[in-house]
Amino acid sequence: MIANLFHGKLVKLTAEEPEKLAEAYSRWQWDSELQRLGTTEPASMHSKKGILEYIEKQQKKEEDVRNFFFNIRTLEDDRLIGDVGLDGIRWNHGDAFVGIMIGDREDWNKGYGTDALRIILRYAFTELNLHRLSLNTFEYNPRAIRSYEKAGFKVEGRVRQYLNREGRRWDLIYMGILRDEWNSGNNSG
Amino acid sequence: MGIEHSLFAGRLIHLGAIQYEKDAEIEARWTHDPEYLRLLDESPVRPRSVSQVKKQYEEIEKEANEHHNMFYYTIRARPGNLPEASIPDSSADPNGDRLIGFVKIYWIEWTHGNGWVKIGIGDPGDRGHGFGTEAFKMVMRYAFTELNLTSLSVSIPGDNPIALHVFKKAGFIEEVRRREAIQRDGEWYDLIHLGILKDEWINDSTGKRGANDC
Repeated sequence: MIANLFHGKLVKLTAEEPEKLAEAYSRWQWDSELQRLGTTEPASMHSKKGILEYIEKQQKKEEDVRNFFFNIRTLEDDRLIGDVGLDGIRWNHGDAFVGIMIGDREDWNKGYGTDALRIILRYAFTELNLHRLSLNTFEYNPRAIRSYEKAGFKVEGRVRQYLNREGRRWDLIYMGILRDEWNSGNNSG
Repeated sequence: MGIEHSLFAGRLIHLGAIQYEKDAEIEARWTHDPEYLRLLDESPVRPRSVSQVKKQYEEIEKEANEHHNMFYYTIRARPGNLPEASIPDSSADPNGDRLIGFVKIYWIEWTHGNGWVKIGIGDPGDRGHGFGTEAFKMVMRYAFTELNLTSLSVSIPGDNPIALHVFKKAGFIEEVRRREAIQRDGEWYDLIHLGILKDEWINDSTGKRGANDC
């Protein structure tokens, strides 16, 4: 039995008030590199009001049970540092996509992302009872690829030259992990 | 190939718009064939009534108009559909032709120039006659020379080896294999993603992908 499904070693998963999130995201959006590491959509800036409306829409969308979205807080000082979630769940096949983001550069390379990933995998496999998880990442983000590999994900292929950024093309990388692989790794703790 | 050469008219088929009244009835019939639905994608299969199909058409047009990231065409068999027939001129009205399927380019990401393609031929009796192959050639020409996309992707459930063969023959290359992403009748199958780049399509000298003869 796991003491608290939402708690890891360094971070915990939370739900936040939309106003609080809008505040944080309007700060984080200034980092264009962060945006380009996380999404294929064009990097862009939005008003706090616009972000708030987006968040409220997302939270509503979550109620359709194809999406599970969490925020990440540090255990040590209870700071809001990012988000992690599952979306596009296909219940009939037991598959979902994972996404994760740590907003502030100060919080990168501290093990927070790895810990949050560990929690979401445990949640996906022991609470939602999914069969596998998928994710997309980009050729120009080797740090993310390494950290996903550390969590037990394997590269399942590359969509050649999918991305067009800074005047050149980069592959879109698909990774995946099966429940059996997660069970047999040391990732289940 | 100049602009006088029709994007929508082929030798065997036309690409056409949705005709709500006529098409919904036929398409509703197709949705009562679970085999067909399973070939199309990995959503749970479910039959649809005529009015539900009409509603889906409305959603398709709404998405296409609001998000500008999807193009959807019906595939219509030309009367007589003789392979020797000359290609009709651009002004030919395909509305009288028989509905046999659909093709769509969707999830277009304009900044990166990628789109996904899906094609369905509803009645098993209409498969294997070259309708899909021609529609597919036309949609590639449309994607690469009208939308100016730089690559196309397709995802195929691993229990559909025929589609896999067809797309590979058309020049698609297997790029991703999502292991055990599909479960059907108790068996696990991979979900396979294939892709083709515009350059690969253009450089094809045999013409079988349609760069030359469409």
